[in-house]
Amino acid sequence: MTTKLIVGLDGHGSGERAVAHAKKLAELIGDCELVVVYVVEWSPYSFQTAEENAQRHKRREEEISTAMSRVVDPAVKSLHEAGIKATGRVRHGDVASILMDISEEEGAAQIIVSRSSEGGFAKRLFGSATSNLVMHAKVPVTVVS
Amino acid sequence: MNFIQKLMLSLIAATAVPGIAQAQEAMTLDQQVNQVFAAVTGPFVSLIFAPIPSTSFPWIVMWLVVAATIFTLYFSFVQFRFFGHAISLVKGDYSDPNDAGEVSHFQALATALSGTVGLGNIAGVAVAVGIGGPGATFWMILAGLLGMASKFTECTLGVKYRNEYEDGTVSGGPMYYISKGFKELGLPGGKFLAVVFSIFCILGALGGGNMFQANQAHAQISGIVGDYPGWITGIVFAVVVFSVIVGGIKSIANVTEKVVPFMGLLYVGAALIILLINYDKIGWAFGQIFGGAFTGLGVAGGFVGALIQGFKRAAFSNEAGVGSAAIAHSAVRTKEPITEGFVSLLEPLIDTVVICTMTALVITISQQLIVDPATGLYVLNEAGSSIATVGDVSGVALTSAAFGSAISWFPYVLAIAVILFAFSTMISWSYYGLKSWTYLFGEGKNSELTFKSIFCVFIVIGAAANLGPVIDFSDAAIFAMAVVNIFCLYFLMKLVKKELISYASRLQSGEIRKFKH
Repeated sequence: MTTKLIVGLDGHGSGERAVAHAKKLAELIGDCELVVVYVVEWSPYSFQTAEENAQRHKRREEEISTAMSRVVDPAVKSLHEAGIKATGRVRHGDVASILMDISEEEGAAQIIVSRSSEGGFAKRLFGSATSNLVMHAKVPVTVVS
Repeated sequence: MNFIQKLMLSLIAATAVPGIAQAQEAMTLDQQVNQVFAAVTGPFVSLIFAPIPSTSFPWIVMWLVVAATIFTLYFSFVQFRFFGHAISLVKGDYSDPNDAGEVSHFQALATALSGTVGLGNIAGVAVAVGIGGPGATFWMILAGLLGMASKFTECTLGVKYRNEYEDGTVSGGPMYYISKGFKELGLPGGKFLAVVFSIFCILGALGGGNMFQANQAHAQISGIVGDYPGWITGIVFAVVVFSVIVGGIKSIANVTEKVVPFMGLLYVGAALIILLINYDKIGWAFGQIFGGAFTGLGVAGGFVGALIQGFKRAAFSNEAGVGSAAIAHSAVRTKEPITEGFVSLLEPLIDTVVICTMTALVITISQQLIVDPATGLYVLNEAGSSIATVGDVSGVALTSAAFGSAISWFPYVLAIAVILFAFSTMISWSYYGLKSWTYLFGEGKNSELTFKSIFCVFIVIGAAANLGPVIDFSDAAIFAMAVVNIFCLYFLMKLVKKELISYASRLQSGEIRKFKH
């Protein structure tokens, strides 16, 4: 059976380290498929102006295509070049819960993320996406430093 | 448009022509603006508020209440039957997770609410209670509950008949559902009615959505820092609004959008605290509200006066039947237009039944309205037009005094809330007005800039004019929208009924069910 691994990217250099680690794992496992995920932070309970609402669908498409072309596609391409099976996804929502959802949908064996660089007040209050993921995920999580 | 041109010309004449300026030397700029404004808008206001022959009841108030009642009956009390479902929709229980990142039901509701929750809830209620007595509150609540059905009707249509453009943006509102819906039903005149609605919507945006806001924001600021000319406040507001809607300075709008809900909660919280402090008087206050609703307790116009004021302010505050909310709600992402209708019926409930009632209770409980101890009836002021108050104040100043009597520093918080509410309502209405403007004159940078500039000029006029003429014109313009909108809703409501029957049966059969989140 093919082993599936989820790789969460954050669009920064640290995401590349997660991909590099996943690549190493995939080579060791052999029959392995990677799902590369980029999450656009978004809440259905935020407040927006009427004008922003009217343009929301357009902005969402733009956000998805930008994330695909700048972050996800290059990562998938580099994996393909290394002879590893990989697909890419872009989703909107909360980083930790989206990664958990996808890992369940795919029946993944592991989630690989990098240590996120966010900090400050929000992190103290709500915890970072990485720590939320580590605490609540139902599959093993590898945090690449 | 003729009206705006006339008004602009008169203003230019009043301020720029030296002959007139000399003749009116004794008058300040504010007084001149006020006089011209009252003269120009007078006939329009009289027409909208004309009483039903041989009564003192304005036909327009009847028009709104009858419509809300008809929609309530036609959809068999949809506001109560689907109330729980509306809450589930807002919570996102029925939202497809794959649509994450699109406008949610919550966001559409919050945006529409930030356009309606505002001065109507603070100043408008004070005006109603000041003229109609506490009894006006009863009629306001009733109008709010009935208005939920009007809102449901118009917002369902707003989503169903919106325009979705190739680039992914949307435009919706009465002008779109009137023209498309009439065409679908094979009825003539849809395009014409849509144009008339758009004209009134532009006037409403300039009136209630702009001048009334600027006026009351100025009253609030000058109440704290001392009296100064209104045009100064007007220019400051105009510059800030201009920088947001023309300059695209999103950060200001974003800050407001985040602070306004917080202010709303703070307002309701403060009202609840005052009610808790005076818990022993709550029974008495409700007695005043129910007693006054049917007897008037000596207010000007008696029981009819209370009824008219209550209905009028409710309609002005929650805008049910006016059509404005249909513009705001139409951006939601949903496969079922009717779901947004369900969500929108929460709007009059939150706006009128909860927030307006809080204001009315605080004013009543704080005993700002002077009662004759001998008769137990309210004492009228010298002019006999409204109830005498402790500080001889009306509008937002009355609300401020009522809150201040219990929490001494609250008027400062209220001042900030009023300014922010005024600002967010202006931003919302500038969008409603703009959508109508572009419907009439086409989309495009120049066309949009023209409207946005006119909008900012009216902020200055609104801040400089007196409350009386401004409130009359604001009401008249907004109600004029309701004349066209409701007339068309009578023809279009069967389209909504079809949606309702289909949706209800699919909900019953389990075809429509909650998503696992």
